[in-house]
Amino acid sequence: MTTLLIFVVVLFVAIAMWQMVKIFDLAQVGAPSTQIADDKDNRINGYLMIGFLIFIYVITILSFYYLGDLPLIGNSASEHGPGIDNLMIISMIVILIVQTVTQFLLHYFAYKYKGEKGRKALFYADNNTLEAIWTIIPVIVLAGLIIYGLFTWNDIMNVTSSAEDDDPMVIELYAQQFNWKARYAGDDNVLGQANVRLIDLDRANILGVDEADPYAQDDVIVTELHLPKGRPILFKMRSQDVLHSAYMPHFRAQMNCVPGMVTQFSFTPTVTTAEMRQNPDIQEKIQNINAFRLENKEEVEARGQDLRYEFDYLLLCNKICGKSHYNMQMKIIVEEQEEFDAWMAEQTKFANSLN
Amino acid sequence: MSVTAETHVHDDHEVHHHKETFVTKYIFSQDHKMIAKQYLITGIIMGIIGILMSLIFRMQLAWPEKPNVIFEALLGKWAPGGVMDADIYLALVTIHGTIMVFFVLTAGLSGTFSNLLIPLQIGARDMASGFLNMVSYWLFFLSSVIMVLSLFVEAGPAAAGWTIYPPLSALPMAQGGSGMGMTLWLVSMAIFIASSLLGSLNYIVTVINLRTKGMSMTRLPLTVWAFFVTAIIGVISFPVLLSAALLLIMDRSFGTSFFLSDIFIQGEVLHYQGGSPVLFEHLFWFLGHPEVYIVLLPALGITSEIIATNSRKPIFGYRAMVASILAIAFLSTIVWGHHMFVSGMNPFLGSVFTFTTLLIAIPSAVKAFNYITTLWKGNLQMNPAMLFSIGLVSTFITGGLTGIILGDSALDINVHDTYFVVAHFHLVMGISALYGLFAGVYHWFPKLFGRMLNKNLGYLHFWVTAICAYGVFFPMHFIGLAGLPRRYYTNTNFPLFDDTTNTQVVITMFALVGGIFQLVFLYNFFVSIFYGKKAEQNPWKSNTLEWTAPVKHIHGNWPGALPTVYRWSYDYSKPGHDEDFVPQNVPLQEGEEELQH
Repeated sequence: MTTLLIFVVVLFVAIAMWQMVKIFDLAQVGAPSTQIADDKDNRINGYLMIGFLIFIYVITILSFYYLGDLPLIGNSASEHGPGIDNLMIISMIVILIVQTVTQFLLHYFAYKYKGEKGRKALFYADNNTLEAIWTIIPVIVLAGLIIYGLFTWNDIMNVTSSAEDDDPMVIELYAQQFNWKARYAGDDNVLGQANVRLIDLDRANILGVDEADPYAQDDVIVTELHLPKGRPILFKMRSQDVLHSAYMPHFRAQMNCVPGMVTQFSFTPTVTTAEMRQNPDIQEKIQNINAFRLENKEEVEARGQDLRYEFDYLLLCNKICGKSHYNMQMKIIVEEQEEFDAWMAEQTKFANSLN
Repeated sequence: MSVTAETHVHDDHEVHHHKETFVTKYIFSQDHKMIAKQYLITGIIMGIIGILMSLIFRMQLAWPEKPNVIFEALLGKWAPGGVMDADIYLALVTIHGTIMVFFVLTAGLSGTFSNLLIPLQIGARDMASGFLNMVSYWLFFLSSVIMVLSLFVEAGPAAAGWTIYPPLSALPMAQGGSGMGMTLWLVSMAIFIASSLLGSLNYIVTVINLRTKGMSMTRLPLTVWAFFVTAIIGVISFPVLLSAALLLIMDRSFGTSFFLSDIFIQGEVLHYQGGSPVLFEHLFWFLGHPEVYIVLLPALGITSEIIATNSRKPIFGYRAMVASILAIAFLSTIVWGHHMFVSGMNPFLGSVFTFTTLLIAIPSAVKAFNYITTLWKGNLQMNPAMLFSIGLVSTFITGGLTGIILGDSALDINVHDTYFVVAHFHLVMGISALYGLFAGVYHWFPKLFGRMLNKNLGYLHFWVTAICAYGVFFPMHFIGLAGLPRRYYTNTNFPLFDDTTNTQVVITMFALVGGIFQLVFLYNFFVSIFYGKKAEQNPWKSNTLEWTAPVKHIHGNWPGALPTVYRWSYDYSKPGHDEDFVPQNVPLQEGEEELQH
């Protein structure tokens, strides 16, 4: 029945299109129709080009006005975050300037030089100076961006050298369809050896940690990631089945989890969850979100979610991993060292967690 | 002005008229013009499927969890009660990507216009090998059929994303789509690659060997340059994807471990050991990135030709345009790693790929500025093809600029695989190449079918499409900057992203309107084939050789001898000539100098 209904709707749409087409056809009657643009077409489309330029500017301004407060730029919660954000803002400014100018030239020329019968275009095929200019200017601008970018990148990714200086806390992020686990290295700060071949579900050894490894005994496996503020963290990522990606947008951090190898990423959290909740920008964002949720009360409650949302850092899966990819997440809580220590003291160590 | 003066010269390559049956003329044709039409129409049909899929999943993103009669009607068991299943969402995204990138914008665009224009614009009777050309089309057709058939597999079509990263794509137990659906996907793509390689080799040989007298490489229209270089990129990079596909088939069916290692899934350890999914990513993107330019360069070539013709001006900086095509082609093969900044590869490689990637912005900028300068002081004829070409330059700039952010490894960390990426590549390669395809169809329709398209419908089509394209993809950047990952069936499980929901609705509205208005084009296209106004021989007053051939298609393209070329193809509004165009086969006047371009 619904199928029939849809076909009827499609049919009506088709008829409507047909009618519209007819009107366009009729509008042409009288004029010798060669289907080649004449002066009138050139004029109308020339004006439309200016209209379109305005449309591009308007949609840019509207997007920044209404959606400009969505982005994550600013309010990063990690030590390297501001570096990325600055680079992002500089790149954005460069892009916006180039975009505004080139779109103007393109559409303005299209309007200004719209064709007229009898006029002849300027025969102008080459100008080496001009071309040199617009080769060299991008080279200079890009060189600046590349150099800035590479310094930022090396700062972030150069884990090994910072590892020796800062004594980072080692945490393993473990991905599987469709949830995350975290394994803390414990008091010795060394992770016990692990391989999926050692997984023993009967003994509740779900991450395949080597039970014989002395370093493994004090490891702690949890499903909610707690991080102490101000301490460098070295994440070691593993996956047991398919590719996943550990994406922690507020910390400007992302790394794929690859079965068969260990990947790593390091950052230092700088803002606790409690502090972030007090941030005016975040509060405004949360207010908007809660207003939206109130508007859509029924749907939110139908999902079994709380109506009121409170800000939390998140770890998301950002690499397609199967059916429930869209719901693979883990809460991250950044707290002061004392709170962290208190939380850690309550957790069960690996050696005691086995059946 | 035309070649008729020379028609009586006997030519060794004089056409051999042999009897044509319906089958040899319309189905197993070896004539490049007919093959071009076959490619175009197959491409359009695949395009309809691909775009329809995108409209379906756009509706899901805007109104998740809501029963939708359209889902129920089109998806059947995949939308029980009209609520879309998460598996089929991923399948739709996957097949949409595959179809649009490969079947529409590679085969549909390159296949159509390389076939139509290479022989006609270089003054050749046909492709170097008509038979291989025919085989190439029919392999493409076969792969299209298999891809479409895979949609009806019991466990669902391939659903691992168009990048089909293993292990997700390798393990049938990882998701429904990785069973028979993925097998058919791989088979279809393997055949597609064979088709693409046969086509590309043919284009390369034809351009090198069959140029008519006087057609030196520096007199080639930029279209042919673009098709030629595209074919070279294809020959270099497609075999690598073929090898990746074959190795993946081995892993899937014969127990090898090229891409798999240490896997525990659904309660059991699999035997795979020693392979690496990162290797697959390297192999995939070694094609995957050049593929962007395989899609884009023909569109840019078409645009160069159309902008010059309709501006009544020579293309500005011909040599720089050729140089930038070559530079883009070269760079395109050494930038693939920018898709893998956070894949776990050595960060040092990330630095290298950032460097090479941002370099590619330079030839791209040169091209954009040269287009703009070509418009300057022109006498712009606003034909629909011209509008689409100007639109292409606009989206090429808008989409290309955000590449500066994504190509920068440090910035990519946070926007990798978010909607920011989706917005970027749809504008710079999807929409731009689609505009190139449309521009080409509007411009060469008279050459393809001997009739004209309705221009007013063309205007309607362009303006609605242009507005909707920006309406869809411009706001999309911002939900990406908000951190929303792509390929999420719904973001209702993340209250953090609730403030993107309204934007999703706006985007879907634009997408639906834009999608529906493509019907205007389809109507115009199919009706004009039969009822369009008869075309004159050279409707756009163009310089290139294809317009010296008769409107009615004949075997061998020119009735008599092949035209001889005396000048480049961009002598528009040249001082000293009465008309504002001088076709390539017009000899230089006494004292006239050929431009030292």
